[in-house]
Amino acid sequence: MAAAVSIVDVVKHFGSLQALAGVSLEIGEGEFFGLLGPNGAGKTTLISSLAGLIRADSGSLKVLGHDVIKDFRQARRLLGVVPQELVFDPFFNVRETLQIQSGYFGIRKNDDWIDEILENLDLTSKADVNMRRLSGGMKRRVLVAQALVHKPPVIVLDEPTAGVDVELRQGLWQFVRRLNGEGHTIILTTHYLEEAEALCGRIALMKQGRVIALDTTANLMAAHPGGTLEDVFVRTMNQ
Amino acid sequence: MIGFWTLFYKELLRFWKVAFQTVGAPVLTALLYLMIFGHVLDEHVQVHGVRYTTFLVPGLVMMQVLQNAFANSSSSLIQAKITGSIVFVLLPPIPYSAFFAAYVLAAVARGLMVGVGVLVATVWFTELKVVAPLWILAFALLGGAMFGALGMLAGIWSEKFDQLAAFQNFLIMPLTMLSGVFYSIYTLPAFWQRVSHYNPVFYMIDGFRYGFFGASDVVPEISLGVVFACFAVVTLLTLNLLKRGWKLRA
Repeated sequence: MAAAVSIVDVVKHFGSLQALAGVSLEIGEGEFFGLLGPNGAGKTTLISSLAGLIRADSGSLKVLGHDVIKDFRQARRLLGVVPQELVFDPFFNVRETLQIQSGYFGIRKNDDWIDEILENLDLTSKADVNMRRLSGGMKRRVLVAQALVHKPPVIVLDEPTAGVDVELRQGLWQFVRRLNGEGHTIILTTHYLEEAEALCGRIALMKQGRVIALDTTANLMAAHPGGTLEDVFVRTMNQ
Repeated sequence: MIGFWTLFYKELLRFWKVAFQTVGAPVLTALLYLMIFGHVLDEHVQVHGVRYTTFLVPGLVMMQVLQNAFANSSSSLIQAKITGSIVFVLLPPIPYSAFFAAYVLAAVARGLMVGVGVLVATVWFTELKVVAPLWILAFALLGGAMFGALGMLAGIWSEKFDQLAAFQNFLIMPLTMLSGVFYSIYTLPAFWQRVSHYNPVFYMIDGFRYGFFGASDVVPEISLGVVFACFAVVTLLTLNLLKRGWKLRA
């Protein structure tokens, strides 16, 4: 299996705080991969380093073989990131937001795909509504849509269901599963462990900037018979 | 190139959607300056052989070109940084040079739009003639670009709105207000004349005004050289910061 994402010995400090302490990971093409850990474990720092939003102090990060620093254009083209924070540009409506985001990735006429994303995320009726007028859940859907406008083969979802109602969660996961089924690699961070348990084929558990467990979901669960992923998580973190 | 054009278009759309505030308001401000200063001084003062209001208009136009070019790039960047929406332009594969060019060109576009608006609103009060249109265009474009780039620098450096306001109030405003918009520097005492020659905005205003009167305090070739040198310095500095991702990429 080729590596969709290759992370080798990545270290990152913020002043005296060591956010990543030599993280190495390899995620195969087509995987549905879970990156779990408590707040401050380094998940978002790792994702931000992969997306080029943060520059690692040392180590290397590659997306489908393209280094995120030396070959940043290709690496960024192959990656779609749903940020954790609920951010939006208040000047534009939903369709404009997606058209502009397509243009940033070098795609001029993208309306067919934009319509499909809008439909799948139940945003069609909101296409001409200004971003400021959307509810939190709707804004979250637009963030997901923005990450998908350039059809990236690798999709990173950083807590995409935080503060989102059950209906959207189900719709979102149905759509993401479909994308995964079509060959997209999905990397998910979430605090909803039942979602990770149901969706992810493989999981890395992070604590204090390190990967402390990495295995298939089935193997992780098998090590703690009869328990849920939450039990596995709690026991691993307390070891 | 599509990334660059999209970012440029987005920046245009951003100020155009609030044109009442970004274009209309500065035109009104310039008109008020003209009405107040013109009313008080028009009967008593002549500069370069023309009435005071006629002398004042080109300065007001250029001042608004510069201030609005600065406001456009700086406010766009600080808003995007504070709201977090900057990630939408940091995640795509847009080269830092295209990022710079898109913001600066949009800043120039807003500056020119406001400048034309001020000219149209104020020209009725004067007997203004265009003597050298190419000089007017050259100073408006290069001055707007210099302030657009300076706005980027301020937007990158600032982490809060009050830091940007300080940049605007303690650097941009004094530089523009003390640049000879409202007077010829040769009416100043010798010491302040010398000080004025260290203000790059003085050369922008003076060169721009040359295009209307065919007369200026400094020959326009020298003024254009000074403005170009300032633009080059600010551009190199800003490009360097963008390349390093300073205060944009942690």
